Amino acid sequence: MKDTTERFPAVIEAKGLNLTFQTGDGSVHALKDVDLTINKGDFVSFIGPSGCGKTTFLRCIAALEHPTGGTLTVNGMTPDEARMRRAYGYVFQAAGLYPWRTIAGNVQLPLEIMGFTKAEREDRVRKVLELVELSGFGGKFPWQLSGGMQQRASIARALAFDADILLMDEPFGALDEIVRDRLNEELLKLWARTQKTIGFVTHSIPEAVYLSTKIVVMSPRPGRITDVIESPLPRERPLDIRDSREFIEIAHRVREGLRAGHIDD
Amino acid sequence: MTNRALPVLTVLAVLIALWYAATVWMNATWVFDQAARAGQSVTWAEVVPQTMAQDRPLLPPPHQVASELWKGIAGKKVTSKRSLVYHGYVTFRGTMMGLTLGIVLGIALAISIVRFRVMEMSVMPWAIISQTIPIVALAPMILTLSNQMGIDSREVPKAIISAYLSFFPVLVSMVKGLRSPDQMQLDLLKTYGAGEGATFWKLRLPASMPYFFASLKVAVAAALIGTIVGELPTGAIEGLGARMLIGSQFGEPLIMWSALFAAALLAGGLIVIVGGIERLANTRMGVRP
Repeated sequence: MKDTTERFPAVIEAKGLNLTFQTGDGSVHALKDVDLTINKGDFVSFIGPSGCGKTTFLRCIAALEHPTGGTLTVNGMTPDEARMRRAYGYVFQAAGLYPWRTIAGNVQLPLEIMGFTKAEREDRVRKVLELVELSGFGGKFPWQLSGGMQQRASIARALAFDADILLMDEPFGALDEIVRDRLNEELLKLWARTQKTIGFVTHSIPEAVYLSTKIVVMSPRPGRITDVIESPLPRERPLDIRDSREFIEIAHRVREGLRAGHIDD
Repeated sequence: MTNRALPVLTVLAVLIALWYAATVWMNATWVFDQAARAGQSVTWAEVVPQTMAQDRPLLPPPHQVASELWKGIAGKKVTSKRSLVYHGYVTFRGTMMGLTLGIVLGIALAISIVRFRVMEMSVMPWAIISQTIPIVALAPMILTLSNQMGIDSREVPKAIISAYLSFFPVLVSMVKGLRSPDQMQLDLLKTYGAGEGATFWKLRLPASMPYFFASLKVAVAAALIGTIVGELPTGAIEGLGARMLIGSQFGEPLIMWSALFAAALLAGGLIVIVGGIERLANTRMGVRP
């Protein structure tokens, strides 16, 4: 394991990260003393019950929330600077496509805002739509596509401007299990082809184990990391790897970690 | 089509029947008075036809109004001062000017309210209060004021009165529409490093369009009413409002009623046009048919 960490430089580093929200009835400790390093090319899943801060941590990386203590760097910069350098693409739980734009129009939205030329926009839209297997759907409006296809379009939108990091906040949470399986498989292929670093928030243990090279188990009140599991599974993973002994062992360890976090409840 | 038309036609038939009944009831008094003065007695069978064909009936029957309307629209040259097409055009022009002014004002205020919190606190209450003042009371003041300021044209005060009524629905809907994007959509634009300008043009404005078109139907009707009210005060000689006032002042109910129905036709036409524009926009914006 040590070899890989040295070959792949750290892209996201959190040290003693704390975040406290002030709410109407007192303060909420959303993140407490979070230390984590994510290396280039990692697929990192964050798993835990709601309120454990997994989404909050992802939002900190994206500079959508600002930590109240500790340090956080993305590509060696502050999250705000990293955003300005287009370091990451963000995928939300809902596809959030604009209903008044076609699929191609939605995918090129970030490109318009970032000032790409028309020719370059068209070229990139074509390429990323191909990548998520939506070629030929560019002219359709979102309502003409299924939920899974809409989410693929939103992934294409996040990939369009070539960010190195892909942050995904329960992207398949609203989809049924069959579609989710298929998209998980496609996401792994996409990850292998593009060499992105992926941060992935999920509620599902099988999803986390199947996708990740590193699983971060978190627990609530205060939100903190209880276990970090380096997955021994190979990078190339057919769907039936989920029946292997190794897979089941990792899933078991994740479950134990989640349970441990709940003891004080 | 018949399924949709049948209920509408049924209601229409009932209304016309009620109207005829009211005509007989209201105009019969005059027939009886005439007969009494002549020392004759009349039966109901004689009274009913006479209630339908008076020159100055208290309530003209539908067919008299229809024929007067037809004469006013098709029977006169459109340049004639007695042509309803001419007066209708004057009112239409006023309505469009007022509506344009109202839309610009409504959208401008909505943008500033969504952008600046202080505008919401300071402007919104006044916008609401403005709508509680009866426009009939305000119209003559606006006319006098604009006259004092040396504006001779009646078009300007008319457009102001019309805009006064029509900006409000646009304002209320646009504030709601510009605020309709949820936090997730705003966060998404933030991750692209989008500024306020891009957020407005790419997200807030297109998201507000359905709200805008919903308000436009109310606004166009309000603009028409405002224009007609603006044509009412004495001295006006053009427009359907002026026509109504002339009919009322000179005891010509037929003129009044035909102008009233011409206004209703104009309103219907405007609603159809707005509906057409909305459908066109919907197709362009990919709304599910």
